[in-house]
Amino acid sequence: MITTDICIIGAGPVGLFAVFEAGLLKMRCHLIDYLPQVGGQLSEIYPQKPIYDIPGYPEIKAQELVDNLMDQIKPFKPTFTLGERVDHLAKQADGSYIITTNDNTQVHAQVIVIAGGLGVFEPRKPVLENLDHFEGKGVAYMVKNPETFRNKKVVLAGGGDSALDWTIYLANVAERVTLVHRNETFRGAPDSAAKVFDLANNGKIDLILSANLKELNGNGKLSSIKLESKNKEELTIDTDYLIPLFGLSPKLGPIADWGLNIDKNAIEVDTRDYSTGVERIYAIGDINTYPGKLKLILCGFHEAAIMMHSAFKYVYPDQKLSFKYTTVNGVNAF
Amino acid sequence: MVTFTVEDQEGNRQEIEAPDDMGLSLMEILKASEYPILATCGGMALCATCHVEILEGENELGEATDAELDQLENLPEYFPTSRLACQIRISPLLEGAVIKLRGEDN
Repeated sequence: MITTDICIIGAGPVGLFAVFEAGLLKMRCHLIDYLPQVGGQLSEIYPQKPIYDIPGYPEIKAQELVDNLMDQIKPFKPTFTLGERVDHLAKQADGSYIITTNDNTQVHAQVIVIAGGLGVFEPRKPVLENLDHFEGKGVAYMVKNPETFRNKKVVLAGGGDSALDWTIYLANVAERVTLVHRNETFRGAPDSAAKVFDLANNGKIDLILSANLKELNGNGKLSSIKLESKNKEELTIDTDYLIPLFGLSPKLGPIADWGLNIDKNAIEVDTRDYSTGVERIYAIGDINTYPGKLKLILCGFHEAAIMMHSAFKYVYPDQKLSFKYTTVNGVNAF
Repeated sequence: MVTFTVEDQEGNRQEIEAPDDMGLSLMEILKASEYPILATCGGMALCATCHVEILEGENELGEATDAELDQLENLPEYFPTSRLACQIRISPLLEGAVIKLRGEDN
């Protein structure tokens, strides 16, 4: 079990900056994010886009801001659990919480901060009648461990970079790789697309273009997939696995079931300290809502500072909080 | 002002009137009209959560741009007249159009 003062759910810009504000008050943080990297939307959706409304930066690229934040919080030695989703929250007798992720990582914290942005980025699912029936029984939405697919028949579906990249990678691992794409061409990186066409021409993979997934079949476990081409011809292929790669889409996720007040996918908070209605649980950044809320990174930074001062009383119940400037006290690393 | 029709995920249609001189996008008007679209990326053509299908008026509005296609092609399903609402300006071209919401609503 990981033990920390503050557990921050979401490692986007606001979650990262919250580590700094906590650190100034000598509170340690552990961050959990479902994405495999820190930075949230900035790294996942628009790493190379410029941002113009970060105070002090006339212009900064999204990924650069994330990198800077990681530098800024380094003195406070934050720890991370990435690629896992927070599923359960259990209140302890002393008021603290134990969080459990979908991979059974457990974190014990005095205070929970939800800095979840738009929610959990979950894979987009194709519209297929019995899809849920085969989830975990042949249908996988991400490649966590490529070895799972060694010497197996694998069908990938999609036309973006991840579909191309995994097709190339799994071509050397799986018994047979089939890539199904609805168009004739790929919009992913031209290099990767060329490689995929090469592999197909050399008979290393099967490439089925202008076709869509139509039906999944199997007895308890996926065994074949029916495809439909643009001119409505059907084709059935035997397979052990289907990996649909249609990008990610944000969902609120399990947080919705924690008894917090939710309004239109956002958590209602008290603007005095960005606390939720539940003691020791705060919400900052794009995931919270209050009268006048603006979904701006800079507003999330402000919320993080105020919120951490409020959380101090739970981490150090016997100490009096005194407000200090970094210019006077510097940054005292852990 | 321009007037066009929006059909929601359930098939209910409603006429919308919007100002065409404020530099707004269709996505912004849909959000302001309280339609359940996420518009995750805020209008950068980077998430496809404001996916719409143009049922009428596609000739006036034109085809999806490269940036839109990059996103649309990643979706499990899209249509010959699919667009991203964030990339459609509110302009006289929208007059009389019929727009069907196709984005994820939660």
